[in-house]
This record gives sequence, C-alpha cells and structure tokens, in this order.
Amino acid sequence: MSQSDATLRIELQFSGGMELLFDNQKTIHAKVPAFFPLDASTEERHAATIRDLISWTASNLLKERPELFIGTDGSVRSGILVLVNDADWELEGELDYELEDRDEIVFISTLHGG
Amino acid sequence: MPGATDAKPTKPLKNPCNLCQSVRAILKRPKTGQQLCKECFFHVFETEIHNTIVDNKLFNKGDRVAIGASGGKDSTVLAYVMKLLNDRYSYGLDLVLLSIDEGITGYRDDSLETVKRNRDQYQIPLLIVSYKDLYGWSMDDIVKEIGRKNNCTFCGVFRRQALDRGAIMLNVDHIVTGHNADDIAETVLMNILRGDLPRLQRCTSIITNDTSEDSSGIETSKILRSKPFKYTYEKEIVMYAYFKKLDYFSTECIYSPNAYRGHARVFLKDLEAVRRTAIVDIIHSGEALSASVQANESTKLPTMANCTRCGYISSNELCKACLLLEGLNKGLPQLGIGHTTKIRRMAEAANLASGLSSPASLSSSAASGAAEENIKVVTHIKDLGQLETMPSLDSV
Repeated sequence: MSQSDATLRIELQFSGGMELLFDNQKTIHAKVPAFFPLDASTEERHAATIRDLISWTASNLLKERPELFIGTDGSVRSGILVLVNDADWELEGELDYELEDRDEIVFISTLHGG
Repeated sequence: MPGATDAKPTKPLKNPCNLCQSVRAILKRPKTGQQLCKECFFHVFETEIHNTIVDNKLFNKGDRVAIGASGGKDSTVLAYVMKLLNDRYSYGLDLVLLSIDEGITGYRDDSLETVKRNRDQYQIPLLIVSYKDLYGWSMDDIVKEIGRKNNCTFCGVFRRQALDRGAIMLNVDHIVTGHNADDIAETVLMNILRGDLPRLQRCTSIITNDTSEDSSGIETSKILRSKPFKYTYEKEIVMYAYFKKLDYFSTECIYSPNAYRGHARVFLKDLEAVRRTAIVDIIHSGEALSASVQANESTKLPTMANCTRCGYISSNELCKACLLLEGLNKGLPQLGIGHTTKIRRMAEAANLASGLSSPASLSSSAASGAAEENIKVVTHIKDLGQLETMPSLDSV
C-alpha cells in the first residue's frame, strides 16, 4: 500500500448531544487518512493528528452546523471535551496527538442544561 | 465490539497518576492541573463534595432532602453522589427526587424519562410537579402566547416557586440543586452585565434560605436551598458521569437558544481557554462583590413579605409568578417584564373595561379556560403544608 492510500481505523464516539450533528450516530467507525495534508507531496506530509481529524470529520462526516463542532484555530468548540482511548486529551498533547490505528476518540458536549 | 484477537497491544505505563503512581492517568483536573487515574479521580471528586457539605454545615442528621432532578448531567450526578455520600458517611438524610415538568414537548418529556430511570437505578422516590397543574399554563402554552423572547423569565420564576411548592408537598427541610462552579461564574457575569445588584449579592451563597412570616404569623417557607456542587467544575461532573457510566439526558432546551445566559456561557468558556483559573477567580470576585453590595447602604434590598394571592414570599403585593400569570391570563404578556408602570396602567384600563364586557384581550379559548382553571389552581402556600396525605409518589 502506498503512503497516499494508508488509512487508520479510528472509532469516533459522540455524546452529550454531539450525536445530533452526525445523524444521531453515537459511534462511527471511520477510515481516516494516515497523512495530511491530503493534496501535498510525500515530503510535505505529516502523520495525522487530532487537529487533522477534526477538520476531516467536519468535512466528511458532519451533517450540519459545523460551527457547533469546530471552534477557533481549528480546535473543537469550547465546551466540547475530547477523550483519546478513554483518557483526557489534555494528557495526550491535545491537537498535536498523533493518531494510531484503532484509536478511540470520544467527543462529549457539555453545552446543555444540567 | 472487537474480539480478543483485535485488542490493541498494551503500552508501557505513561502518564502515571499523580496520587497513586500505579495506574495510568485519565484526567487532568482543571482545578489543580493534577493528572489522576479513574479511581483516584472518583475519590477526590467525591471527597471534595463531602468536604464542601461538611465545611458549610449544609445538613443536619434526619433532614429530609429533595434533590432537584431534571434528568440532566448535573442533577443525575448530584443524585448519585448524594446517595453515595449519605451512605458512606452516614449523614442520616432522607432523600427524595423532585422533578419539575414545565410542559416542553420534545425536551422535558424526554428528560423526565431519564429521571424515572434514575429513580429506579438509585432507589430514591420521585415526585413530579407540573406547571400545568400548578399554574394552568405549560411552557408550550406560554411560548405560543408570548413568543420566544422573555420565555426564560417565565420559566425561571415558575420553576423556583414550583420547587418550593413541591418541597412543601414532600415535607422536606432542604432542596439541593446541581448548580456547578461554571453555572455560578456565569451567573456572576450575567448579574454584573445587567447591573442586578440584589441577585449579585445572593448568587454566590452556597446556601440560601427563604423565610418570612406574614402578619398572621404564618411562615411560608423554612426550606433551605443549597448547591453542593458550588466548587465542582462542569468538566469533572461530565467526566465523572462518563467514567461511572451514569445515564443522563443531554439536549438544549428548545426554547433557550437566544437566552442571555448562553452568551455568558460562551464568553466564559473562551475566557477559560485563555486563563485556566477563570471560573474560580470569577466566583471569588463574586463573593467579594457580594460582601461589598451588602455593606453599601445606598443599595436598597427589598424587605420580604407575602403575596396576597398565593402566600408565596414576595417583596410586592403580588409575587412575580402571580404577576406573570395575571399578564398571561389578561393577554398582557409584558406584565412583570420590562417597564411595569406603563403596563400596570394598561392593566388597570383593561380591568375597568372588563367590568363591562368579556375581556377582549384574551387571545384564545384555551387562555380563557386556563384563566378559570387558574383561579382554582393557585393554591395558597399555607394550604399545601396541611395536605393530609402525601401525594402519591411516582412508582410507575
């Protein structure tokens, strides 16, 4: 498989109301490209990070209202928590965390009444 | 579900927990920056709330406590933790769940199903009190009548009273609500932005107490209200619920997108991204401002008496809820909102006119039906306390 075809199997989970943006799907098994940017040559690419995952998810999976998912600087909107393999993404480098095959990424929205 | 052969290879321990050092950390605490594993996080989360309860002397042994339960993240975790701490530390509390049905189709009806599940899972009895029963108007009715501006004002006023009335029906000493640190910081900001000094003075208090006696010596409410989550961060509440796999309902109220609080919330979240301690700092400022508002004699805080119609505590002749209801039933939805003197004049004029013919301003037969029902429905608060039998707790 050439580098340009390489994909990672990423399990995305949505809760706290986030699932509404994704056609009510709480879990999506995605095949995410392993290297970004997609249209660049091999030397210019880097391994996929969560930052890439967020924009890729918005472009490919989001059904509506991107502004409810993406916030400033390509991160998630403030008030959305992200977990990487059941751990706080703040422990894994947040946007710079490099994705690995079979990672589980969870997006939980806290933006609702309690 | 991936089978055993698909399992990810285990990694060497990275990010060890700061407290026990032996297990991988799963959370970075917003409050302290500590990295904690699941069990240590649970322990710290629960113990801090226990300390808040004890340090502020929120309860007495034998107190009957109603947990304001909406089915949302905060109240679900509150119910779980209250029960857990009550058992673990033998507070000796008699716990009940109290839910308010505002009558919002597609929102409240779904979240009430969650509360019923909580009742079964945590084995705590549940009472549901509805706006329709108490006031003759559901929020759906109200929004149809007045539109989407100011509907949160109605709902907030009605809910506050509904909780007290439910508490009286349940014969409780104390209501706890799930307001968390983020909520309180938002409220401080809102009150500053709106120049609402009386609210600013009260909003950081962890325990509030509405007591008064009217001239006949009848006490309307000795029911304390407190917020055990005052210092608990919303992020931790959500993570606690996630790791404990607690079941909660999570959709925004369909009528709220334009609410003022939403703006304060977004602002606060953005502030937090820049400065991690924003939330606790704003609460701290709020507490200091509260002391200064109290000390400032030029700020006149209203003296409390009783509503002449329903007996609820009020600084005016009619309590806010009765005033709002008056407006709804007379087709004057601005009554109680905005410039009251102008509207009162309109109301007086309408009153004079209605003596001659049926009120022309009632916009639908539903409203006039509700007006008649409303007269029967608004029970004087003192009568609620004399109910001979407890209204049957929901056991479906």
